[in-house]
Amino acid sequence: MPLLEVNHLSVSFHTRHGVVKAVNNISFSLEPGQTLGIVGESGSGKSVCCYALLGLLPSPPARIDSGSALFSDTNLLNCSESELRLIRGNKIAMIFQDPMTSLNPFMRIGEQMIEPLMYHRKISHRDARAHAIALLEEVGIRNPTYTIDSYPHEFSGGMRQRVMIAMALIAEPQLLIADEPTTALDVTVQRQILELINELRRKHNLAVIFISHDLGVIADIADQVLVMKAGYKVEQGSVHSLFTNPSDGYTKQLLAAIPRGSKSVPDRSTDSTLLQVQNLTTRFKLYDRGQRNEFIAVDNVGFSLYRGEVLGLVGESGSGKSTLGRSLLNLIPPSSGSIVFDGDQIVGKNSNQMKPWRRRMQMIFQDPYASLNPRMTIYDTLAEPLILHGLASKQSVEMQVLKLMDDVGLARAYIRKYPHEFSGGQRQRIAIGRAIATKPEFVIADEPVSALDVTIQKQILELLLFLVERHNLSMLFISHDLAVVRFLCDRIMVMQHGRIVETAATETMWSSPHHDYTRKLLSSTASPLILNQ
Amino acid sequence: MWRFIGSRLLQAIPVLFVVITLTFFLVRFAPGGPFSSEKSVVPEVKRALEAQYHLDQPLIVQYGSYLNDIAHGNFGPSFKYPGRSVNELIAAGLPATAELGFYALFVSVIVGMAAGIIAALNQNTWRDHVPMAAAMLGICMPAFLLGPLMVLVFGLWLEWLPVSGWGEVPGDKILPSLTLGAAYAAYVARLTRSGMLEVLSQDYIRTARAKGLPEYVVVMKHALRGGVIPVVSFLGPAFAGLLSGSFVVETIFQVPGLGRFFVQAAFNRDYTLILGSTVFFAVLIVVFNLLSDVLAAWLNPRLRNGLSNP
Amino acid sequence: MMSREFTQYYEQGTSLWQDAWIRLRKNRLAVIGGMLLIIITLLCLLAPVVSPYGYEQQDLVLGAAKPSLHHWLGTDVFGRDLFTRILYGGRISLMVGMIATLVALIIGVTWGAIAGYAGGRIDALMMRFVDIVYALPFMIFVVLLMVVFGRNLLLLFIVIGGVEWLTMARIVRSQVQGLKQLEFIEAAVSLGLSNWNIIRRHLIPNAIGPVIVYTTLTIPSVMLLEAFISFLGLGIQPPQSSWGSLIADGVDTMEEFPWLLIFPGLMLSLSLFALNFLGDGLRDALDVRTSKD
Repeated sequence: MPLLEVNHLSVSFHTRHGVVKAVNNISFSLEPGQTLGIVGESGSGKSVCCYALLGLLPSPPARIDSGSALFSDTNLLNCSESELRLIRGNKIAMIFQDPMTSLNPFMRIGEQMIEPLMYHRKISHRDARAHAIALLEEVGIRNPTYTIDSYPHEFSGGMRQRVMIAMALIAEPQLLIADEPTTALDVTVQRQILELINELRRKHNLAVIFISHDLGVIADIADQVLVMKAGYKVEQGSVHSLFTNPSDGYTKQLLAAIPRGSKSVPDRSTDSTLLQVQNLTTRFKLYDRGQRNEFIAVDNVGFSLYRGEVLGLVGESGSGKSTLGRSLLNLIPPSSGSIVFDGDQIVGKNSNQMKPWRRRMQMIFQDPYASLNPRMTIYDTLAEPLILHGLASKQSVEMQVLKLMDDVGLARAYIRKYPHEFSGGQRQRIAIGRAIATKPEFVIADEPVSALDVTIQKQILELLLFLVERHNLSMLFISHDLAVVRFLCDRIMVMQHGRIVETAATETMWSSPHHDYTRKLLSSTASPLILNQ
Repeated sequence: MWRFIGSRLLQAIPVLFVVITLTFFLVRFAPGGPFSSEKSVVPEVKRALEAQYHLDQPLIVQYGSYLNDIAHGNFGPSFKYPGRSVNELIAAGLPATAELGFYALFVSVIVGMAAGIIAALNQNTWRDHVPMAAAMLGICMPAFLLGPLMVLVFGLWLEWLPVSGWGEVPGDKILPSLTLGAAYAAYVARLTRSGMLEVLSQDYIRTARAKGLPEYVVVMKHALRGGVIPVVSFLGPAFAGLLSGSFVVETIFQVPGLGRFFVQAAFNRDYTLILGSTVFFAVLIVVFNLLSDVLAAWLNPRLRNGLSNP
Repeated sequence: MMSREFTQYYEQGTSLWQDAWIRLRKNRLAVIGGMLLIIITLLCLLAPVVSPYGYEQQDLVLGAAKPSLHHWLGTDVFGRDLFTRILYGGRISLMVGMIATLVALIIGVTWGAIAGYAGGRIDALMMRFVDIVYALPFMIFVVLLMVVFGRNLLLLFIVIGGVEWLTMARIVRSQVQGLKQLEFIEAAVSLGLSNWNIIRRHLIPNAIGPVIVYTTLTIPSVMLLEAFISFLGLGIQPPQSSWGSLIADGVDTMEEFPWLLIFPGLMLSLSLFALNFLGDGLRDALDVRTSKD
């Protein structure tokens, strides 16, 4: 008998702007000890359908229109709030995406962890605490007798998620709902958390619903997969059959959107060097209550970039890769070292002296919401660089803006619209258009696709490849995602703690990584089920 | 934590110094001395009076000796109340003002927080609209208007409560306390509401609900702590506001407190009393700002542990 | 410039300002507040036209009379028409509110913008100064200043403006600091835009929302401060009057002639209501964060 059986669940949101059907006629079932992966892009309703089970949707505006959800003979959807409360955290537990915001910053983790035990089991504070310490040990927190009295901010992101998991499992639930639990984490940490969840599932015969946008993660952890799009079920089946033999067009599209393989790299030996970086160091001065500290973000970095080359820069959060990119453009002035761009030294130039070079080197940013001025139309945004650098006359500006829009795949009719009227992918196209407006020779792309859904990500990557070839651009492509970098780049640099630890041609690095850290990154990235497709 | 308190105390020193200096020179440069109103004063007598209060010495010397006196907690003699020291006058006025301030603060914090929490938990229903409309009324009806209106309605027309005095007849403390506390209750209610709404939309509240905790535990244990931080930070400025509010309220209700002394001293150009009470008020305000800052920081574990960079 | 032949095919976008305007118009309280404010301001400005009586026109025979058809809000002890006096008093109260707010606005925005844009040590120094001034017992100084330098209107503007600029400086500084870290400012720098153009085209249009909101909310608090000072007898002096001094006069005679307290008080409260509702409405409408999704 299944542990959970959801039938024909439909959920809608009733807002001032009308009724939105968030979940339409979704059914699935789950056996004890099994993992169901629910995968979909943003707005697919994958989280809503799980929150609905536990009555965690704010109502109004949310309303459950129909369906049933049998959990050991109880229909969750018919339960009163107080009946649900006895199930939540007791029989069904949840973990969330961002462990920083999901733990109460004002309470010690011990206090928070024992709450489910105190309210559901009515055991003594002392026993609950002992139980919590044992569980912290089990999820891999060192020195739990001491750390149990710490606050969430004293842990790293991965450790916080371990604490979340321990808290969820403390009352020994039969079902764990994990809502994008690894999305906010670095790849190597993500791998550890996935392994931990798998291990705990086996040990406690736990059923898991794992919600994710990342097919790679789902392939690793799930037994059954449910693919959702815009509130509807697209496809459902075992993980193996889904990945080897997808039946629905959308599933195929999702699978095809995962960057895999590499591009053919032309021989660069005859090309000239565009950018030569030597001994580049960037330090930050930190003022903390009168105490001066120094933080070395970029530590003695050197590399060169050929004309027409796409160079990947890979590293985890805090590795200094974004600072390096901004230092190359003098957005964050480097502390020492040399940057020679087409024969000219950039380091030490002030903003006036930089202006002629500004036209020739541009940047594409990560967050398409923050990188566009919300008060400017597309026309204003794209015309600004053209007019500033005298690349267009008053008469020709509009034509040139329209051509740029054609280049980056935006409909001409949108020229008078504002950034907030576009989706993330379209905004990133506008930002790319602004970066290539001045016909630069060198573009830095700082994680340009990591805020986007996979299918959009694929389109933007292809656009970048197309533009690189068409305009003979040199590009430094910064990313945390090795698969993306492999798809786009000729060479890859790996950065850790402000230093470049390895540089190699893409396929060389992929097949025979030298540095330990590169190996660790690679083993965290590649899911065999996806790569062997 | 101790370093935080220490640095705040260090910051307080220049504030106090600026207050003393500004007040001293402001008062000294004021046109019309303390004895100029009494036209009949003979020059010799006037000179003798000035000598008695050291007004004949160079200004810088007066300033130096005043600083020295204050450092020893001595505010000097009063000009207008011969034979009484400023310290005595402050000591005489303090109990009534302190009591009035305490009641007002008590009323505003209890009523305001309760109203704010109720409103936040019932957003966009009548339980939200009614307290918030009342709060808006409190903000738009200043003490010098609310006080007289309450006197008019409850004192003169309905004759329920006495209209003036302090501790003379039963119930005469109610109207002054309500008048002084009303505006702050309104501010506290609005702050509590927005603070609670902010916290209630946080992910960790969803976590608490997902643990199956009863709603009152979610609100009182998980939400309240973060939600009251803005209120606690507001208590420092509120205290300063209560002090100046006491000028008006004590005048309207004839409460023999510091506020009324100060207003009278200002009109009488009683140099030493103005100086003394200003310095005294400044010290109180600095201390209360410090207390509310420390309390707010203490409620936030990230600040408490001295790790300022989250 | 846009050429004619294409423009008809373009879809017209909705700017954030238009969005905010639409939201503001849907907010009933804010609309009522705004209309009320316009009506009150117009009445005060057009006082000589609206009222047949002079501001100081006495009628000692009549004395203090209850509201009637001739004198809508009654008269004071000298037989002066209260409605007329409230309108003229409103001119002073509103003028003090606006001019002192303007003073606060100019100082606060300049100070905060420089501190936020410069950052580093300059910022630390400038904001430390604000912190110290903030901790001064200001009400007491206001009272002192008015006592020492006599009761003049100009000083009142300067004193009140000098108190209120601090919060404005803090708001503007945090705005600018937050914006400075946004990627579109970095993008503007990497395009090679001059500092002035970055400020003019990118910073100001995005920082102005909170400034508008706070300005709207500063006016009522300034008016309160003025009324408070005038109530103590330290602000506006006869023969001029403001709502604060009218209330003070009304308190003296409220036992016999309660309308002399109630109507000026009502007028002050109404204006404060209007400004606060409008300010709250603007805050909800202009909040950039809520319009992101």
